[in-house]
Parts: sequence; structure tokens; C-alpha cells
Amino acid sequence: MITRRMLIAAAGLAASALAGAPTFAQETVKVGLIVPMTGPFASTGRQVEAGARTYMAMHGDTVAGKKIELILRDDAGTADQTRRIAQELVVNDGVSVLAGFGLTPLALAVAPVIGQAKIPAIITSAATSSITEQSDYYVRSSFTLPQAAVPVATWATENDIKRVVTLVSDYGPGIDAETWFTKEFTAKGGEIVEAVRVPLQNPDFAPYLQRVRDADPDAIFVFLPSGVGSLFMKQFADRGLADAGIKLIATGDVTDDDILNDMGKPALGAITGQHYSTAHDSPENKAYVEAYKAAYPDMRPNFMSVGGYDAMHLVYAALEKTGGDATGDALIEAMKGLSWTSPRGPVSIDPETREIIQNIYMREVKEVDGELYNVEFATYEAVKDPAKTSDQ
Amino acid sequence: MLTILFDGIAYGMLLFIIAVGLAITLGLMNFINLAHGAFAMAGGYITVVLMNRYGVSFYLCLPIAFLAMAVVGVVLERTLYRRLYSASHLDQVLFSVGLVFMSVAAVQYFMGGQQQLIHLPPELSGRTEIFGIGVGRYRLFITIVCAVLVVALQLALTKTRFGSQLRAAVDDGRVARGLGINVSTVFALTFAAGSGLAGLGGAMGAEILGLDPNFPLKFMVYFLIVVTVGGTSTITGPFLAALLLGIADVAGKYYVPEIGAFVIYAVMVIMLVLRPHGLFAREGGR
Repeated sequence: MITRRMLIAAAGLAASALAGAPTFAQETVKVGLIVPMTGPFASTGRQVEAGARTYMAMHGDTVAGKKIELILRDDAGTADQTRRIAQELVVNDGVSVLAGFGLTPLALAVAPVIGQAKIPAIITSAATSSITEQSDYYVRSSFTLPQAAVPVATWATENDIKRVVTLVSDYGPGIDAETWFTKEFTAKGGEIVEAVRVPLQNPDFAPYLQRVRDADPDAIFVFLPSGVGSLFMKQFADRGLADAGIKLIATGDVTDDDILNDMGKPALGAITGQHYSTAHDSPENKAYVEAYKAAYPDMRPNFMSVGGYDAMHLVYAALEKTGGDATGDALIEAMKGLSWTSPRGPVSIDPETREIIQNIYMREVKEVDGELYNVEFATYEAVKDPAKTSDQ
Repeated sequence: MLTILFDGIAYGMLLFIIAVGLAITLGLMNFINLAHGAFAMAGGYITVVLMNRYGVSFYLCLPIAFLAMAVVGVVLERTLYRRLYSASHLDQVLFSVGLVFMSVAAVQYFMGGQQQLIHLPPELSGRTEIFGIGVGRYRLFITIVCAVLVVALQLALTKTRFGSQLRAAVDDGRVARGLGINVSTVFALTFAAGSGLAGLGGAMGAEILGLDPNFPLKFMVYFLIVVTVGGTSTITGPFLAALLLGIADVAGKYYVPEIGAFVIYAVMVIMLVLRPHGLFAREGGR
């Protein structure tokens, strides 16, 4: 009998120890980073992770008395995995913030999870505009395609480009880019000669490019995911479209800094609009690129990495504002309206839409010290996501 | 117009180089090797690594890719494939699809998931005007290489002693063995040639088709279409099928871009309804 009583007492002790555990765990704030680290979009995941870790290396791992712990998980780019991992992170690991999401469907998959757990999800990569409308707990640290496409259209009309053929990948972001480019471009008096949509799994651009050439526009506007973009650039140069006087204008995905240098000569002269270039000239970016290169000498920070970097900044700044209160509602409230100077330039979070407001830079691919860079030459300041502002 | 025709031909030729190895193993050896695309991918990666890390010339990479994949082909044939020659087609399919997934994962692990890029020598890039038709130089190069290959393969199969031995071994292995033909060597060499051609095709295709770990899955459908439409009993069958599909694909995407991606499948369906055994197959032939 005594032994049984002792067992019960032991069990009671264990239970109280367990119950005590969460208060102890409050001292660390866990951030769950879910990105594709394998599969065709692995480069996105690697860049986001590198950006986030660089932030922690530069700013330490404690803020407002809390220790920040980054938990990295690979969803291999499939949405059901993203959701399962998100659930595990929330339930088993007790994360306070989720971040990552390489593609639009992956970001959308966690909407029910964050809604129930009431914790913020910071989108570091996915760029379809509508995601943040699906839950009040989404915040975006990357960009939206309309945000990048509209300034490109504005720039085109201001620079004597009158007739344009659009060529986009036939999926969500591609159609976003096409729609918003067309809207802005035609509103400013430009003419879309033709709109070509290319299947996502497209082996050969030859027929599409020939079609563009025969339409003889002033420029071709392109959105393609970055890997495919590099193939496109080569074929664009090979087919002599540049020699035929057709300019290449695009969103920055096509001249992704991560692989730009491998594209070689064909990329030279391409004009793109985006929120971040490795070559951005500011002290913040110099420090960032230096710290990044020290940790990842083989990689070059691209727009995905800066999404990861600023996601961590959001977490740090929000915790500072709440004085260490890591409950989801407090954090999301704190994130709204935050503004800071990122390596990409001045940014802020729109309190109404939870979208990032940032400068969009026009860049041209140039050779600098033997390497290819997107060199910025014009700036559109404090661009909001046009898909949301024009609705109001 | 003629430029489109030329692009179509070049694209078809490229498909042919990659698919002909499959036609050989499938038609002549009656083995369904869905891992064929993995050999092509490996050939492509060999080229990328040699060119980008060791600065080997592109022209040298092509034969190296061919030979390396031929050697790999022999090794795999001796160790794995030969056990499945007499197995059912389903077993062969399951086995080779398994190989595909392993190759995808292996490449992912060692090379990463991103697109690999190669830089062609300057004389192959850009475009020339020939009789007023704009012609991509690299595409011209592909067309020439492929034309030479077709003639060589056709001659090798019909005119050489090895060709007759191979056809004898396929038609009736036991009798061929009785006549003193070393059937297993013949099969090993044939398999090597098929794998080598895949490697060569992958190396040449890296520039136009792109190269990432999902290559074997992405293009499996195209190879299979070429082989099914062309039939597997000749070399000319898949050759004409590849040309037809290449031209249909390119022309379809040029003239009706909205449905361009489906044209190739429509052509396949029509061809299979009209000639269910392939373009040139005899009724009841293999």
C-alpha cells in the first residue's frame, strides 16, 4: 500500500512539474520557419533561411528579455506538408510566430491553423496579392507581384515604350503580374499588342519568342519564376530579339540575384523592377551583404533572403514593442504600422492590410567588378500593394 | 514561317536523340525502361560539372557524356536490369520508376534543386540568316548531329554484323544462342548504346530544355509519346514521329498559343487512332 501511495505522490509531483514547465518555456520565444529546403524551390528556402539567420547573427538572439529560437522545417514545396508542419510546430513546439511559405498555395494552407492558434504568420516569399486577405494573422515581409509590376508599367510609359507584348507563366503570380501591368500600362496610354501565357512546365520558348519577334513591339514584359527565367534570357538573346530593338522589361524574379551571375552576357541590359538588389547602395545593405557573405560565402543575398531578414526584424521589433509579451494577438497588433530601414530601403507595415509598403527600384543588369548585378537607376517611393489600395 | 518550321525540326531532332535510346531498349530488347530520362539527366549534369567546374570544352563534353553514360548503362545492365529481362512489364515499370525517384533525390542532394546553366561556345550561340531564314546556330548544330546519328544508327542496325546479331537475338534468343551468338554481350552493348545516346541527348538538351533534378519526370511523357507514336520496330519510325511532334508542338504554340501546350497530345491521340501500332509498324509486330 505504501508503495502505491508513493507512486501516486510521485505522479502528482511529476504532474505539477509538467504544469510548471510552460511558464519556464516562456523565457524563449520560438519562431517556426517553414520553407521548401528540398524540391524545385529549394533555393527559395535556402535564401530565406540564410536571411533570417544573418539577422540573428547581426542582432543577437535575445530581445526584451526573451531568447529567440528559430526552428527550421522543410515542407518540400507541397501544401499539405506545410499545413501538417504548421500544426506540429504550434501544438508540439509551442511556437509564437510562423514564418516562411515559398509559394502562394503553401501560404494559403496555413490560414486555418493560424486562425485557430491566433498566432502571426509572416510571409517571406509568396507573392500573390490575395493571401493576406484570407486571415487577419498574415503579415507580409516580401512583396506582391502587382506591387512590382505596376511601377515597371509606369516606367515603361515614361520612357517612350508604346507597344508591349506580355509574356507570363500561366499560374497565379503570372496572371497577377499580367493583369496589373496591363491595367497600369493601358491607363497611361500604352498598347498591349499581345498577351502570351506560357505553361509552367514549358520545355522550349522558341515558338513564343518567335511570335513576340514577329509582333515587333517596343518591349516585352516578362514574369517567370526565377529558374525558368534564366533559360528564357538565353533564348531571348539567341533569337536576336535585343538586336531587333525589342527591350526586355520584367519583374525582378527573372534576374534573380542568386543566379544572375551564371546567366552571363545574355542578361546584360535587362530592365527590371523590384524591391531589393544585392547592389542596393546603403550602409544597411552593405552591412547585411557583408554579414551574409561571411556566413554563406557561396551564395549571394537575393530578394528572398531579405524577406527572411525582415521577417526576423518584425518579430524582434514587435517583441520590443510589447515588452516581451509573445501572445499572438499582442504581436500582430504590434507589427501593424511598424516602420524601419531594411537593407532594401525604408519599409513599413500597412496597418490596414498588413502588407509591406516599400520602394520599388528600376534596375538594369550591368557588369560591376567582373560580376553581374542589378544596378538601380530609378526609385518609386513607398509603393503600396495596388491590388488593395485601388479597391478602396 | 520557315523559321518556325526550322525550330520545330531542331526541337524534334533533340527529342529524337533522347528518345531513340528508349526506342532501342524498348523495341529491340523489349524492356520498358522508364528510367531512360534519368540517363539523359545524368548526361546533362556531367556536361554542366565538366564545363562549369573544370572548364572542359563543350564539344569534348558531348562524347564524354555519351561514353560515361554508356559505361553507367553497362554497369547497371549487368547488375540490375538483366535480372528483369524476363520479368513482367509491370515489374520493369515499377523497378525503373523507382530508379527515377532515386536519381531525382540523388541529384537534388548533390547538386541542389536549381536550374543548371551552361555557356555555349560563342560560335554556337546567336543566330544566322540562311537564304533569308533566321536560324539559331545551336539549333542548326543539333539538327546536323542528329541527322548524322540517324544515318549511322540505321546503317548499324541493317548493314552490320552486330545489327544482324542483335535482331536475331531479339527475335529468338535461344536460337541465336544456339548459333553461337553471345546474346548477353549483344544486349549489354545495345543497352550501353541506348544509355549513351540518352546521355548525349541530355548534354545537348541542357541548353534548350533546361536541367534540374525533375528532368526525368518532366520529359518522360515526351519520350514516351515519341516512342509510342513512332513505333519501336525501326529507327525511322521514332525519327519521323519526333519530327512530327516537334513541328506540331512549336507550330501549335506559335499559331495558337492559348492551346499550344495541348497540340502535341492531340497529335498523339490522332496518330494512335489511325496507326495504333506506330507509324511504320507491321500489324502484329512488336
